[in-house]
Amino acid sequence: MIEFFKEPNIDWMGKAKYFYALSAILLLAGWASVFLNHGLRYGIDFKGGTNVDVRFAQPPNIDEIRKGLTVQGLGNSEIQSISNGGLGTKSNEVLIFVEQKGQGDEALDTARSQVITALNSIYGVKDSSKPDFNAATPSSLAALLNANDPLHLSTNAGDRYQQLAKKILVYRDDTKGGVLTNFDELSRVDGVTPTVLSTLKSNYALGNFAVRNVEVVGPKVGGELRRQAIFVTLYALAGMLVYIAFRFEWVYGAAAVLAVFHDVLITLGFFSLLHYEISLTVIAALLTLVGYSMNDTIVIFDRIRENNRLLRRESFADVVNKSINQTLSRTILTSGLTFLTVLVLFLMGGQVLRAFSFALVVGIVVGTYSSFGIAAPLVVAWNRWRGQGAVAGPGPAAGNKTRSSESVSARLAPAGRR
Amino acid sequence: MNPNLKWKAVFIFVVILGCIYGLLGLPTFPTSVADVKSNFAHQIKLGLDLQGGTHLILQVQVQEAIAQETDQTVDRLTNQLRAKNIRYDEVRRVDDTHIVVRNLPSAQLSDFRDLVASQLQNEWDMSPTAGEPSSYTLTLRASRVASIKDQTMQQSLETIERRINALGLTEPTIQIHGRNDNEILVQLPGEGDPSRAEAVIQAGGQLELRLVEDPSPYPSQAAALAAHGGVLPPGTELVPGRADSRNPQDTGEVWYVLSRTVVVSGRDLRSATENRNTNNPGQWQVNFSLSSEGAHRFGPFTEQNVHRQMAIVLDHKVYSAPVINSRIDDNGFIEGNFSEASAHDLALVLRAGALPASIKYLEERTVGPSLGADSIRHGVQASVLSLLVVMIFMLFYYRMSGGNAVLALILNLVILMAVLAAFGAVLTLPGIAGVILTIGMGVDSNVLVFERIREELRNGKSPASAVQAGFDKAFLTIIDTHVTTVVSAFFLFLFGTGPIRGFAITLTIGLIANVFTAIYVSKTIFEYHLTKMDRQAELSI
Repeated sequence: MIEFFKEPNIDWMGKAKYFYALSAILLLAGWASVFLNHGLRYGIDFKGGTNVDVRFAQPPNIDEIRKGLTVQGLGNSEIQSISNGGLGTKSNEVLIFVEQKGQGDEALDTARSQVITALNSIYGVKDSSKPDFNAATPSSLAALLNANDPLHLSTNAGDRYQQLAKKILVYRDDTKGGVLTNFDELSRVDGVTPTVLSTLKSNYALGNFAVRNVEVVGPKVGGELRRQAIFVTLYALAGMLVYIAFRFEWVYGAAAVLAVFHDVLITLGFFSLLHYEISLTVIAALLTLVGYSMNDTIVIFDRIRENNRLLRRESFADVVNKSINQTLSRTILTSGLTFLTVLVLFLMGGQVLRAFSFALVVGIVVGTYSSFGIAAPLVVAWNRWRGQGAVAGPGPAAGNKTRSSESVSARLAPAGRR
Repeated sequence: MNPNLKWKAVFIFVVILGCIYGLLGLPTFPTSVADVKSNFAHQIKLGLDLQGGTHLILQVQVQEAIAQETDQTVDRLTNQLRAKNIRYDEVRRVDDTHIVVRNLPSAQLSDFRDLVASQLQNEWDMSPTAGEPSSYTLTLRASRVASIKDQTMQQSLETIERRINALGLTEPTIQIHGRNDNEILVQLPGEGDPSRAEAVIQAGGQLELRLVEDPSPYPSQAAALAAHGGVLPPGTELVPGRADSRNPQDTGEVWYVLSRTVVVSGRDLRSATENRNTNNPGQWQVNFSLSSEGAHRFGPFTEQNVHRQMAIVLDHKVYSAPVINSRIDDNGFIEGNFSEASAHDLALVLRAGALPASIKYLEERTVGPSLGADSIRHGVQASVLSLLVVMIFMLFYYRMSGGNAVLALILNLVILMAVLAAFGAVLTLPGIAGVILTIGMGVDSNVLVFERIREELRNGKSPASAVQAGFDKAFLTIIDTHVTTVVSAFFLFLFGTGPIRGFAITLTIGLIANVFTAIYVSKTIFEYHLTKMDRQAELSI
């Protein structure tokens, strides 16, 4: 049997005040930065506006892009380089954000077309008579091939050109990252003959950029999504509170929900400290962290419930300590493995998953910590407070559904009289 | 082997084989590796965020259809009041759902009430207007408003569907979005350029036939207002016309004073075709015919208004304003400066069905194919690597029992994928979040059980009873953690939309699968192992 951890004998509850202090510091640091930064950085999902993600053939000149945007009346757009490669490589990719103008009654996609016009004026195809190959879609390319028929196909021409168009664009998008710089490279694609190549060359020009992603979110949607995210999370927390109250006692439910709430707040604080944006996927990550942290807390609570029945002579705090110690090896194993999983995702998952996996990396550490550092001490503190203020006698146990004949609180009242 | 165990094993194998068949064996039984791959790709659909494509959310301006209904009622009521010789000062639409009828003579009040009762009984409520003794306010009933809304949404949905389908894109999704905000979701997988779809959707095609109240068109809004002493006649509005068709140089504005009432709208259209103009074969026109319900209204209207002008309004612009020569029941045409192609396009849009109300864009997301490919590559690489790390660790730390955990994890993912495929659910980024939480809790379930078994072994129990006790004690914990999470997922599903729902669905399926694999399957393997092994031997855990 390989064992990393022997059951330790740590007085967790004795350290509760340090845990409280640590949490207070984390919360304060995070939320001070939130307020100093004028609120959390919402992604486009929540604030509305237009995001255009562009990849260039060479690292672009940001000043030039801004000049082009200013001509289009978008001088105060945010332009942000995105680095995908390792350190030191110059980024070819840029994210342009244009704020929502007016109340959105005008066509939503004006900003998008203005941005693309601006980019076209700098990096686009100079010969305006030919369309840009880097902007071609499978359907338009297939149609063009079909019309020119470079392979002189007699049967199934439409289908076969569609297949070919797909292959060519998969090469452009997957292998070349969306920006082709030289038509001749396409000869590597299976099925591209010299005649196909010359058809492409004579019908298309090559621009120096490709639009990778466009998001346009109206102002109404943004506000709605923000409201919905908050309410949905609150409902989910309330649902959990009720279930835990039903299975344990309401104070366990309250403590677990408070701890999870604490985790979400701290994670949001980290988002503000490190300037990550909060998007809809981040909300999914936060919900994941809620589930994870809750899972961790319940494992400990379950052990407390079980030990409460077995260890009648010991004080409640000792029972809690013992429960945490008994489950410690499990906690470290599970958290360690899950942490590893999301760490890999954070380091390797690429730009799209960055903020998402960051929330999970922070969330799993905080969520694990809060189970023994916040949730359990809160239950102990409540019991101690009730014990001291006890109006003699056990009092009716709220929601006592444990199968033991003696409830937790009935056993706790004597502890208060110690 | 004891028969109970045998049946458990059979059950497990049936479930697993069923899942694998569902994932790889459908829709056609594979005969090569390529078939297996294509089946898998067919069964597991990726969301737009992973695959690339365009996602649009549109809002149908339903209140326009409601206002139109109210305008039509004003018109009908006016005609009937006249027919019955009931005098009144004014019948006016107050807002989208209210009509006020002012100053009815007291002697005719009961006639008026009878008229409303017989004609508008089912759809309108009547009450005296506050502060005006001989006036009445009619209110469109909420039930009728709801049915107009439904009808408008349904028709918009069908129209957009027809138009998008005409583009020939692969597997577009067009559906009602959200619960009550009249939104429609359009998803076009693999389509990196939304402008084409947007152009077709936006191609209006909102046709209205309305009476021209003032025969002379005006060069500007101001001129029209001036001609009427600064105030337009009640029940009319100014609508711009297309520049004169006969003189392309003259791009000046034209404004018409039209009745607000829409006699016939796109809803009443049955067909539209492009034709050569009979009088001027160089010109093209669009002929249309009306449904019987539309013709029922159009016939009497044209009869009453012979020799007056009727405007053909398309997307809030007057295309032409021909004079009504005689009663027309169900056929008409639109003249304008049409070429054959433009007449064809207009007929197509009209035929595909006009939108019953206009459309506003709320949201547009386009994930380019290269970004989608990047996310898949990175996401899959990272997930596979982290799964491998977890599995190797479990094997190293729990040895033979670790094999159980690895098997349970793999089965969990297989079942999760199979159920997702069976539901036709798509895998999105938030869905992957659900998978990660599932894996986390799957690992946790195994660890909980194994640590418990170890504890029991340390307390000196025999392998068989330690396994039994370990599963028994961990069971309650696992159920509590899983039910809590499923409860929260239930709320997320109930109140969330789009990505949040995807997360909730994946998570719920994953957790149920996990209880099956981490407890039922894993315990069965342990039991089998225990029957085979020597009573004195140590458990490999």
